[in-house]
Formats: sequence, structure tokens, C-alpha cells
Amino acid sequence: MADDMKKLITDYVKREYLDEDSDQEIDENTPLISSGIVDSFSMVSLKTFLEKKFEIKIPDDKATPQAFDTVNNIIKLVGEFKKGV
Amino acid sequence: MSNIGSYEEKYKSFNWKDSEKELEYGKDGMYNIGYYCSDRICEKGFGQKIAMIWEGFTGEVKKYTYDDIRIYSNCFAKFLQDIGVNPGDRICVFMDKIPELYISFLGVLKMGGIVQPLFSAFGEEALFTRLDNAKTKAIFTTRKHLGKVRRIRKTLPEMTKIIVLDAGEKPLENDELSFDMAKMPKVDKFDIFKASPETPSVLHYTSGTTGTPKGALHVHSSIISQYITAKWVLDIRPDDIYWCTADPGWVTGTSYGIIGAWANGVTQTVLDAGFNVSHWYDFIDKYKVTVWYSAPTAIRMLMKEGDAPVKAHNLSSLRHLISVGEPLNAEAVVWSEKVFGKPFLDSYWQTETGSIMISNFPGMKVKPGSMGKAVPGITAIVVDPKTYEPITKPGLVGLVALKPGWPSMFRTYWQNKATYDGKFKNGWYICGDRSSIDAEGYFWFVGRDDDVINTAGHLVGPFEIESALLEHEAVAESAAVGKPDPINMEVVKAFIALKPGFEKSSDLEMSIMNFIRKKLSPLAMPQEIEFVASLPKTRSGKIMRRLLRAQEWGEEIGDISTLEND
Repeated sequence: MADDMKKLITDYVKREYLDEDSDQEIDENTPLISSGIVDSFSMVSLKTFLEKKFEIKIPDDKATPQAFDTVNNIIKLVGEFKKGV
Repeated sequence: MSNIGSYEEKYKSFNWKDSEKELEYGKDGMYNIGYYCSDRICEKGFGQKIAMIWEGFTGEVKKYTYDDIRIYSNCFAKFLQDIGVNPGDRICVFMDKIPELYISFLGVLKMGGIVQPLFSAFGEEALFTRLDNAKTKAIFTTRKHLGKVRRIRKTLPEMTKIIVLDAGEKPLENDELSFDMAKMPKVDKFDIFKASPETPSVLHYTSGTTGTPKGALHVHSSIISQYITAKWVLDIRPDDIYWCTADPGWVTGTSYGIIGAWANGVTQTVLDAGFNVSHWYDFIDKYKVTVWYSAPTAIRMLMKEGDAPVKAHNLSSLRHLISVGEPLNAEAVVWSEKVFGKPFLDSYWQTETGSIMISNFPGMKVKPGSMGKAVPGITAIVVDPKTYEPITKPGLVGLVALKPGWPSMFRTYWQNKATYDGKFKNGWYICGDRSSIDAEGYFWFVGRDDDVINTAGHLVGPFEIESALLEHEAVAESAAVGKPDPINMEVVKAFIALKPGFEKSSDLEMSIMNFIRKKLSPLAMPQEIEFVASLPKTRSGKIMRRLLRAQEWGEEIGDISTLEND
């Protein structure tokens, strides 16, 4: 389950936030926010994606740059709100 | 004692000639900004002083002395000359906040080019609009952003030079050029272009309610304003460690992240990393930042995290804090004084003005929530929105108006003189903002006088968003307005009527959001989408955006007599 989630989020970030010509690799520990791959404005669309995909509601005060900074952090965040992960 | 000393005395006795004299502007016929930000500091004996400490998101640190800045900017200037770029050509710098951005900015100016900085998060359509309008000849970028440039270059016939900083081993395409600054031969002596004070220097794009973004054209003598306001408002002193958090893709990042800072010979710091509260405090602590010029959005994000992260760091080096971008709310001023021991002082200006126009000054009584008073050399008033006559009664709201004539005033909108001329009424430059002035001369911001959306201090034009939305396959018609946001002041909200055959869904919502983010920029992406059956229109068919905006802000809807009857 966790591996599926990791792949889903990583693929989404690659597809939506990297330039289509980019050959940059992303893994579960790649910094997303601090590296500028995902900026604070774009976090909104990433949050919407997570909420829709995992049928959860992430409160605004939990959607911090730190919580979104890596795929691993995101998985942890999603886990807080989704039972059974 | 602050640099300005007594604000009242300086305001009364001010003469731009004194600032020119202090800067030695025009000495030996030299007016070029590039010289004043590097060579002049070296000639004063500060060539070995650190001009820039840069830190990347991985923690990598690079330091450049003023002599490095001088030599490397010479190097880029010569490179441009060698490849056939001429004085007056527009050269775009399109990259993240890396050292080469700051240095190439001066390099372009040194060879007489007009430098066109563009925010690196712009998508290809936003990039295309601005390059096409400016008829840009050359663009300097990095691998990270090269894909966007490649996808639009065929439609930009004037853009014949694509220069890549980090080409590396991977081959470039066609006639793309490599410029690896660190590996280029050093250019110690360069014949700096003999600009006049009125020679165009910087072309910054800004958004309006209608039409495509407009290029505000500045000239070399803007440095006189930028120099003196950096000294008096930012209170920059020789031993300061200065941090301007703005990106040079926007005017604060060039006027005060490059020109004002380096004309004053200060050591400045640059952090090229996404926003992170503890990283920012670590950065201040690590480099002992003394003067911090930031933005209300960032300050409110820091505020949101509370006092604990502040207490976990040693921020005692901070001496002076200033804010710009959108109005700084009173709560943020009060909070900053409580946690940092000194308040963030608000400053007000815009792309067109090139430098700070109204501000709170060190030593002046702070009224939390106020923009402050007019900068010495600037005549600022509010005028009646209909007659453009000055409003003299304290507290009445009018349009902020400035008496033209300060050095950093923009000289025109690129290829758009009619719009430029339209900004002047009764001999005043009308800023497009509403404000009142109290009995003591303090300005109090009320709001924009048009539909432009101010999100995190950046102006976003609704027309540009709506035009892009219509390119989405599902969108029949749309309206983009600013909606209140506790952190960013405003964020973009889009009202969308769908084409037949499309149903509203969260998938579609995300598809539209990401479509705009990639096409224009993350700033322009609607943070909220409301699907509607149709949009309110006038009888002549024009979408009544102001009605939707008023609805978002809980304001009076006003005159709707022209509203179409459905």
C-alpha cells in the first residue's frame, strides 16, 4: 500500500511539476518545496490532488512547506488523515 | 543615528542634485548602472569586500567580492558583444536566484543592452507574451528552464541567441550557445557602454486589468533614486549584512536586490531555496543579517508559525526590518516588534516607479498599518477619482498620485505609449491604488482601483488568466478575480462556465488549475474554481468582473443597471 502511494505521488510530481523535457530524477527523499520544484502556490494543487486521491481533508494548518517537502513527508501526512495506511 | 537623520528636515531641504553628487553620478561622463554597482566600489578600495553571499537549497555556499562581480559582469558583457548583441537590444535573463542572474544583469547593462528579467516560474505562454512584446534578441537561461524556451523559440523570430549557463556535456541544439561563467576567461578591462542618464536600462513587465502585460521601461539614471532610498529607507550602512528576499524576476529584486544594494557597496545575502520558516531564521542567524527587506506574505507565514521558532534562534543581529509588496497589516507590525524587538516598516512603490515612493522611515513614529509618508524628493497626494483634483481633507479616500520627475520614474510602456499617457491626469501620475492621508501626513492603503489581483505582492492581470482559461478544452467563458486570503492578501479565484458536454468535477478542477499553472505561472493559478451556469454580463455582453469581486470581498455590489437580464 505504502509503495503504491509512493509511486502515485512521485509520478504525479514528475508529471505535473517537472518540465516535460526535464531528466531530473525524483525519489521519496528529494526535496520538493525547499528545492523549488513545488512552490508554495503550487502546493494548493498538490494538496487538492492528495485530498481527492486519498479521500481525505488536510487542514490548512497541517499543509506546511515542511509537511510537503518530500514524498516521504507527504506519505506521513496522508497517513495522519487516512485510516489503514 | 539613522542614515536619514531627521525625516522632516531631509524632506524640506531635499534636492536630487545632492544625491547625484553623493553618488558621483556622471563623473568622467559615466552614467552606466553597471559601473556604479561594481567598478566604482572597487575604485573606492573595496574590491575585496564581499558583495554577495549566496546559499542554495542544498546548503552550498558561494561568495563573490566586488572585484569578482566587476570581472564576471565584464565577462558576460564581452560575450554578448562577441556574439553580435548590440546596445539597445533586449536581453532576457531567465533563471532561478543563482549568482549568474545577479551578475549577468550588470553585464547586460555594461554593454548597453536593455536587461529584461523574467520570473523563472513563468510558464511558456507567460514567457512568450513578454518576449514577443519586447522583441527580445537574446535569452540567458539554465537547463532547468531551457525546455520552455525551446518550445516557443520558433514563434519568436527576433530571438536569435539562446545562451545556456550550465550546458555541461550534454549537446545543445542548433545554434544555442554555452556560457559557463566560472570557466570563461576573466575580463579585467571592459570598455563600459557610454550610456546617458536617459539610456534605457531595465524592462520589467507588469500586469494591468486589460490587455497583455506591459513592459515598464527604466533608464540608467534610476540608480540615483535607488541609491538614496536604499540608504535612507533601508538604512543600509557599510558594515551591514543585507538580505532582500525578493526574486530579481520582479522589480524589488532588481531595484533593491541588485542596484540599490551594490550602489551602496553593501554585502548582501541571497537564499535560493523555497520558503521554510526555520530555514529563514537559520539563514539570518548564520550570516548575522542586519537589514532585512521582505514581503508581507512571508511575514504572515512567519507569524503563523508563532514565537517559538524565533526563540529557538539567535536573531539579535537584526537591526532594521522593512516590508514591501502589498500593505503590511497592523497585526504583523505589532507582532514583529514583539518577537524581533523592532517592527517591520512598510514601504510602498510599484514597478513603474522604480524605487520606494512612500515609506515609514527609521526614527519616525510608526503607525501600524500605515504606508508611511512620501520619500524626500517625492510629492505624493491623493486625488479625487473623477476630477483628479487633490483631496486635502484628512481621512478622505482618493487615488494615490505622484508628481512626475524623480529619476527612477519609468519612461514609457514598451511599444504602448497610449497606455503610458493614460496614467497621467492633471499633471499627476496615477498609481491605481486607493488610499487616504491622515492629519499627520501618513498614507493608509485602502485597495486597488482596478481589477488587478495582488497576490503575495505580485500583480496578476485577470485578462491574461481569462485568455489562458479559454484555451482549456472545457472552458466556455471565465472571469478571474482576487479573493481575500489571510496570508497572500489575495489569491486568484476563477468563475467558469463549461462548454456543453463537460461536467464539473474535482478532476476537471485540478486539470484547469494545473493548466494555468503550467501555461502562466503558479501565481496565476486559480486557488479556487467556482463552476457557474453563466457569468453576469452587461447588456453589451461584457463580463461584470467587479460584481464577482465584490461578492468575494463582501462589498457593496454598486450600480448594476447595465446588468444583462437573463
